[in-house]
Amino acid sequence: MKKIEAVIRPEKLEPVRTALADMGILGMTVSEVVGRGRQRGITLQWRVGEYRVEFLPKVKIEVVVMEEDLGKTLSAIVRSARTGERGDGKIFVLPVENAVRIRTGDQAESAI
Amino acid sequence: MVSAGDTAWILISSALVMLMTPGLALFYGGMVRRKNVLSTVMMSFALLGLIGILWVLYGYSLSFGPDAGGIIGRLGWIGLSGVGQEPSDIYASTVPHLAFMVFQGMFAIITVALWTGGIVERTKFSAFLLLAVLWFTLVYCPVAHWVWGDGGWLANLGALDFAGGTVVHVSAGMSALALALLLGKRRGFEEGEPMEPHNIPMVVLGTGLLWFGWFGFNAGSALTSGGLASSAFVATNVSAGAAALTWMFLAWMQRRPSALGVATGAVAGLVAITPAAGFVHPIAAIPIGAVASVICYYCMVLRTKRGIDESLDVWAVHGMGGLWGAIATGIFASAAVNASGADGLLWGGFAQFGKQIAGIAAVGAFAFGMTWGLGKFVDAVIGLRVKEEEEVVGLDISQHGERAYGGVIT
Repeated sequence: MKKIEAVIRPEKLEPVRTALADMGILGMTVSEVVGRGRQRGITLQWRVGEYRVEFLPKVKIEVVVMEEDLGKTLSAIVRSARTGERGDGKIFVLPVENAVRIRTGDQAESAI
Repeated sequence: MVSAGDTAWILISSALVMLMTPGLALFYGGMVRRKNVLSTVMMSFALLGLIGILWVLYGYSLSFGPDAGGIIGRLGWIGLSGVGQEPSDIYASTVPHLAFMVFQGMFAIITVALWTGGIVERTKFSAFLLLAVLWFTLVYCPVAHWVWGDGGWLANLGALDFAGGTVVHVSAGMSALALALLLGKRRGFEEGEPMEPHNIPMVVLGTGLLWFGWFGFNAGSALTSGGLASSAFVATNVSAGAAALTWMFLAWMQRRPSALGVATGAVAGLVAITPAAGFVHPIAAIPIGAVASVICYYCMVLRTKRGIDESLDVWAVHGMGGLWGAIATGIFASAAVNASGADGLLWGGFAQFGKQIAGIAAVGAFAFGMTWGLGKFVDAVIGLRVKEEEEVVGLDISQHGERAYGGVIT
C-alpha cells in the first residue's frame, strides 16, 4: 500500500476527485493548507503600503492505494490537476505499513 | 418650553451616537490579528459601561456644569442634581435637560474609545481601564468644557466646533499618538511581520454603523430638529461620500481600489465634517471630505515611514482629519447657513480662521501633554503593557480568557 499526498490548486480539487472516482477511488482525506514552492507569494494592501503573504492557499489530498494502482492514480492526478503554470503543486508518495477499517476491524488491503 | 419634535430627535440621536461605539469596536476589531479581536472590541465596548456611569456621576457636571474660570465645570450637577425633565437654563432650551445630558454622554464614551486604536494588541486591560478613567476626567471633561461649556474659554474666544472636531477627534488623535509612543511597537512590527487585518467585512460593517450613527452625532448637534439639523445631516453624508471616493482612487493609484481604503476614507470624511457640519453649506462638504482623505492618506504614509506603531492610525484619521475639519470650518463657515456661527476665510473672516487655529493648538497640545503624563503615571503604577508571552499568545486569551472564533477541535 502507498499513501499519496497531493498538494494541488484549490480549484483543481473537483477535477481530481472526479478523475479518481472514475477509476473507482472514492475514499480520500482533504485539507485546506497553505504552503509555498519556488514561486513567490502575493502582495496585499494595507490602508497605505503593502505587505507580502509568502504562503498561498492550497488543498492537500491524502489517498491510500494498492501498489499496483499507484502509477495510474498518479497520472490521473497529474492530468486533472495540471495547468502548466507555476503553483500547480506537488505529489509525495509514502509507504504504508497497515490500515484498519474502524467499523469492522478489517486490516490491510481489505481496509482501503 | 419642551418641543416634542426636538426632544424626539435628540433622544434618537443619542441612541444613534451610542451605536457608534459598538460600530467602532467592529471597525477596529476587524483590523487587528485574530488573536486580539476581543481585546480590541472590549476596549470600546466596556466603555459603554464605565464612561456611561462616570458621566452621570460627575462627568456631565465637570464638562457642562456651572463654569469655574473657563477651565472646568463645577460639581453643582454631580449625580444629576438639578438635571431633570425641564430644559436647562443654558443649553438646548427646547429639550429636557436629561436628553441633552445623555446625548453629550454618548460623545464622551466614543471619544475615549477612539484613542484605543493606537494601543491595540499590547495594552493590559486593567491598565487601560485606569487610564480611561483618568483620561475621561482630566482630558475629556476639561476640553469639552473649554469648547462647549457655558463660559468655557475657547467658547468665549469664539472657536467653532459644531459636533466635536477638536473635542472628540483632535483630542483622541493626539492622545493615541502620545500613548503609542509611550507603549512602543507591537512585537514583530519592527521585523516587518505582517499585522494583517483579520476580517475586513467586519471593518466595513463597523464603518456602516459609524456612518449611520454619525447622523445623530452631527445632525443631533443642532439640538433642534429643523433646518439646521437637515443641513448638517446632508453635509455629513456628502463629506463621507466624497472622502470614500477620494480614498478609493488614492488606493487605486497605489494598487487596487481596496475595501479597507474606502471604509477608511468614509471615516476620514465623517471626522472632517464633524466640526463644520452645521456651519457650512452642504456643497462645501465635497471639498472638505475630498481633502480630508488626501491629508489622512499622506499622514498615514508619513506615520508608516517614521516607523511609529500608532496601530490603527487614530492620529492620521482622527487627529489630522479633525485638524483639517476645524481649519475647514474657518474657511467655509457661513453665517448665512447658521446665524450663531460665523463667516470663514471665503467670506473674509480672517479672525475666525485664527480662532480655529487657536482652538486646534490648545486642544491638541493639551491632549498630547496630559495624556503623556497620565500614560507615564499608569505605567509606573501598574504597567501599561502585557508581558511578552501574553502578547505572543494574544490578548483575547491572556486578558479575557476567551477566543473569538472557536475551532472544530475544542
